[in-house]
Amino acid sequence: MPETLQFYLFAALAIGASALVIGQRNPMHSVLLLIASFGALAGLYVLLDAPFVAVAQIIIYAGAIMVLFLFVVMLLNAPQEDAHKDPFALVRQSGLTRVGAVLALLLLLQLSWALLSVSGLAGPVDAGGDAAVVSSVPELGRVLFTDYMFAFEATSVLILVAMVGAVVLAGRRENEE
Amino acid sequence: MIPLSHYLIVSAVLFSIGTTGVFLRRNLITVLLSIEIMLNAVNLSFIAFGRTHGTVDGQIIVFFVMTVAAAEAAVGLAIVISLFRHRESLNPDAFTALRW
Amino acid sequence: MELRLLVQLGIIGLAFFMLINASAVLVLAERKIMAAIQQRYGPYLVGPHGMLQPLADILKLLMKEELRPKEADKWLFTLAPVIAVTAAFTAFATVPFGAETTFFGLLDEPVKLGIADVNVGLLVVFAVTSMGVYGIVLAGWASNSKYSLLGGLRSSAQMISYELSYATALASVVLLSGSLSLREIVNAQEGYWFGFIPQWYLFLQPLGFIIYGIAGVAETNRAPFDFPEAEQELVSGYNTEYSSVRFALFPQAEYINMVTMSAVATNLYLGGWHFPFVPVEYGWIAFLAKVGFLLFAYIWIRWTVPRYRYDQLMQFGWKWLLPAAVINLLITAAVFLYFNA
Repeated sequence: MPETLQFYLFAALAIGASALVIGQRNPMHSVLLLIASFGALAGLYVLLDAPFVAVAQIIIYAGAIMVLFLFVVMLLNAPQEDAHKDPFALVRQSGLTRVGAVLALLLLLQLSWALLSVSGLAGPVDAGGDAAVVSSVPELGRVLFTDYMFAFEATSVLILVAMVGAVVLAGRRENEE
Repeated sequence: MIPLSHYLIVSAVLFSIGTTGVFLRRNLITVLLSIEIMLNAVNLSFIAFGRTHGTVDGQIIVFFVMTVAAAEAAVGLAIVISLFRHRESLNPDAFTALRW
Repeated sequence: MELRLLVQLGIIGLAFFMLINASAVLVLAERKIMAAIQQRYGPYLVGPHGMLQPLADILKLLMKEELRPKEADKWLFTLAPVIAVTAAFTAFATVPFGAETTFFGLLDEPVKLGIADVNVGLLVVFAVTSMGVYGIVLAGWASNSKYSLLGGLRSSAQMISYELSYATALASVVLLSGSLSLREIVNAQEGYWFGFIPQWYLFLQPLGFIIYGIAGVAETNRAPFDFPEAEQELVSGYNTEYSSVRFALFPQAEYINMVTMSAVATNLYLGGWHFPFVPVEYGWIAFLAKVGFLLFAYIWIRWTVPRYRYDQLMQFGWKWLLPAAVINLLITAAVFLYFNA
């Protein structure tokens, strides 16, 4: 069963890398581990017959957004988080953070419970629908530019706003200082 | 074949990891990274559900999530840069100027 | 069936072998062409006309001591060149380099000359090459040296800026051919206008080809866009602290990226293995010739055009190249709609 094996490999890689992302004290290593996690997710997308999304994931997330993060980490030469040399420092922090950890654990339990108690999820993921339709790029384009036309245009405005916002926020003003 | 629930469980675990990161970390860049993990967990759910229903709509929502993530990263990092200029720190607890 | 598998493995092995040796050949070609442009002989001592110079270079690099700065990030410092060279090799995986062939009747069914045929092949090449930037950025960061850091920073900004124009130029070609598979894009360029002008996208997309070329040179960090290295300002940029084999991997990755860029350009704009009066079974010779010419152009440009200033690079990328690419895409779409509606 190569596909099952691939699924568990990619899933383990994605979860492991993501867990390490939040466990790292060095932001540079966090960014790199997140890239690995995105790569594994792209593998899962290929298994789900979505090759175009998988490649877009690599190009947009790993190739552009993460380079931006890397750029900022390098630019700020960001200091490492207040370094306790203790590997369990995260869990041992003071009151409020510990509540946060408990809440996160509760969320995981609740999500798993919800997933396990709903019926109809146990069937194989590719039971319905034709793989050729789902993985077809022309079909994707057709639906995107007809049914989701308004959302598409709205997104372009969002990008424009984000661009202007980023320039205004991060740009140095010459009349100050 | 792999059941749909397995993909959803992977997604749930990733989402919880992201939430944990947002709660626990005291570094603005890592907090932003954790938000990206959460967005990706949601993406995985969308694609898995879309595959089960045999439509491409799930993938299209993922494109929108990706553009929103790109916008969020650009603005978020711009805010991080301007905050860093003021305080020389990335710890969110350092920015308490207007706290009660 | 087993023969077919063997042939396919052979093709993969051949492609790998060619890519490895391409860097050696290109190093020699680069130095010889540079010398010719500067009215010198170039390497002349090792072997006849200096032909064995790359071998001597490799031996020298292998013998050197591997140095690592004390405060460098141990893991990333080693990982960076590996990422660079792996991304460079992997990018070639979906680039086809010849038509289907039976090797003169050796096989029952024709086999495709190329490693993998994916229906989003063009995007895979694009995605994997965009991973290559991490090699350079990490090398710059992990070295813990100011010149390296500046080289890495410049590299990341340059890659993001020029990837946009590059992708927009590709979009026009995808629009014309209606496919993301490189093999189908090449096959869409078969045939002639008026019986003698080959139907290459070069003639439909002259502006797109120029934009692709400029962005491609910037993506591979070659002069006049070699800012990550920029030896006059940054010593040697991102690879300042590297030595021995780790150092050798960076130029290796750069030359392989050049080959991939040229091969993709050949497939997208120059009709791939189609050439007037060349039967399609021998198309791979035409393909090699076109790639060779583009590689020569790469070297030619490097030793002819002086380096830009960094702010000029950014200005040019965002204020000229990207608008030109977008306008090119808009015009292509409008004309395409007019003729096909």
